[in-house]
Amino acid sequence: MTAATTTHDPNRRDFLYIATGAVGAVGVAAVAWPFIDQMNPDASTLAMASIEVDIGAIPEGQIVTVKWRGGPVFIRHRTKKEIEEAQNVQLSELRDPQTDAQRVQKPEWLIVVGICTHLGCVPIGHEGKYEGWFCPCHGSVYDTSGRIRQGPAPLNLAVPEYKFLTDTKVKVG
Amino acid sequence: MSGPSTFVPKSAIGRWFESRLPVMGLMHSSFVAYPVPRNLNYMWTFGAILSFMLIAQIITGVVLAMHYVGSASQAFQSINDHIMRDVNYGWLIRYMHTNGASLFFLAAYIHMMRGLYYGSYKPPRELLWIIGVVIYLLMTATAFLGYVLPWGAMSFAGATVITNLFTAIPVIGTPLAHWLWGGFAVGAPTLTRFFALHYLLPFVIAAFVGLHVWALHVTGQNNPDGVEVKNVERDTVAFTPYATIKDIFAVSVFFILYAWLIFYIPNYLLDADNYNIANPLVTPAHVVPEWYLLPFYAILRAIPNKLLGVVALVAAIVILAFVPWLDRNPVKSAKYRPAFRFFFWVFVAICIGLGYIGSQEPNDAMTMVARILTGGYFGFFLVVMPVLSFTEKTRPIPASIADAVLAKKTAEA
Repeated sequence: MTAATTTHDPNRRDFLYIATGAVGAVGVAAVAWPFIDQMNPDASTLAMASIEVDIGAIPEGQIVTVKWRGGPVFIRHRTKKEIEEAQNVQLSELRDPQTDAQRVQKPEWLIVVGICTHLGCVPIGHEGKYEGWFCPCHGSVYDTSGRIRQGPAPLNLAVPEYKFLTDTKVKVG
Repeated sequence: MSGPSTFVPKSAIGRWFESRLPVMGLMHSSFVAYPVPRNLNYMWTFGAILSFMLIAQIITGVVLAMHYVGSASQAFQSINDHIMRDVNYGWLIRYMHTNGASLFFLAAYIHMMRGLYYGSYKPPRELLWIIGVVIYLLMTATAFLGYVLPWGAMSFAGATVITNLFTAIPVIGTPLAHWLWGGFAVGAPTLTRFFALHYLLPFVIAAFVGLHVWALHVTGQNNPDGVEVKNVERDTVAFTPYATIKDIFAVSVFFILYAWLIFYIPNYLLDADNYNIANPLVTPAHVVPEWYLLPFYAILRAIPNKLLGVVALVAAIVILAFVPWLDRNPVKSAKYRPAFRFFFWVFVAICIGLGYIGSQEPNDAMTMVARILTGGYFGFFLVVMPVLSFTEKTRPIPASIADAVLAKKTAEA
């Protein structure tokens, strides 16, 4: 063994090793991907991405739960008192600071995804210290704007994309 | 412990077979001639009990899979109407399987606590212990997946809470949860894949049990006095008949408990809410896991931060794998470690306390107690074990297993 054989420039054989290895790695990845991706949401699931809801029949003070993307969306017709409570909160008191105006398009209608941001349970309406929602799983408490106030959840209830088609019809998604 | 087998089959066919595939010799050296310490107590029968529970779960599970339908629209009816009412002895096999899971965990916890008490994780058995922790992790995964299959209200809530643990991971958490669900929430695709995985994992467990037994037979068993075998003649007895008969007796007693559960109180450990069909729009008022996961559930709830709560939950299990390096005290058995023995029982009490809190509704007082007990749980591993490693004044250990047995005999005489 001489120094010449251990320090020589990369030759044809080194190139072939690396090229073969690289092609093998790409091949393994190309075969693995379909087996991984098959578990992602399928075409039929993605197709059910939006719903239209008639909100004309929801009286003041009531919360209606509709199913969107396999999970619940809360449509809450808020009372004057609830709107006031939601608006009169100091941002400094909030864990995930958002004003009520940032969370609604029309003050009397609060539309949020009904999934606790902790571990995904469905919170119960008109319950908890702030009479917004209370999650029975781990005790997270939300206010009348669906903002997190107590308990382990890190974020406010999510506001889905929605649009008022008419005064009594809303499209979620 | 087990050298080359000296087993020679008596028949010509046996010898022909043995020289080509030495299966009988392996069985003979593993379960007949294998030397076991002569001072083992009944705590050492839980390995056999667990093996029988695994076999029972696989047999009942394969049978149930012949009648169960793994689809969201039919799963609930296929169990509660079809298997429980129509299938011949379906009710029996289903109750065997659900209660079997509970007793599997009961035996596993006794087995693990036995390992902690007698220092069975110490050199040279670290890998044996770690394989055991892997089996425990696989068991919890399998039990969770199985709990989802009836597609009751509690199945759905459990699936939601556990899969949402992944959403605590920054950035990739939510896409990962969608990937697990096959949708934007737990739904029909989730159930079907959970069924496939629930059928797969028990066989993975069986493979790890094989490694566990293999590792055990390399190092030999620990024993109540925690001293290694020095003289095979004096310190050990043959597996058959001594351990075989003792194991069969213990398994029989355990199966009496199993039969009592199945025939007298088959629903005692189940949740009434799970006899309501899953509804993605409503979560049951009081979500609790099965009893064997309650302590970890209490730890999760004790931490007021989502990510840290999940980290604590995972850490509570994973920390077990590090026990061989947290406890460095050369004396294995708690029999000769008075301080460790005291803290061991405190630890058992903490686990039971956490289990109780996990079963209760969350409120401020409960959360406070849960935090103290969570501190105690981790304190046992991270403070008590390292500190006692070097400071504990241990009692003198016997020179050999035979000496320990003979000393006990003379004390009794």
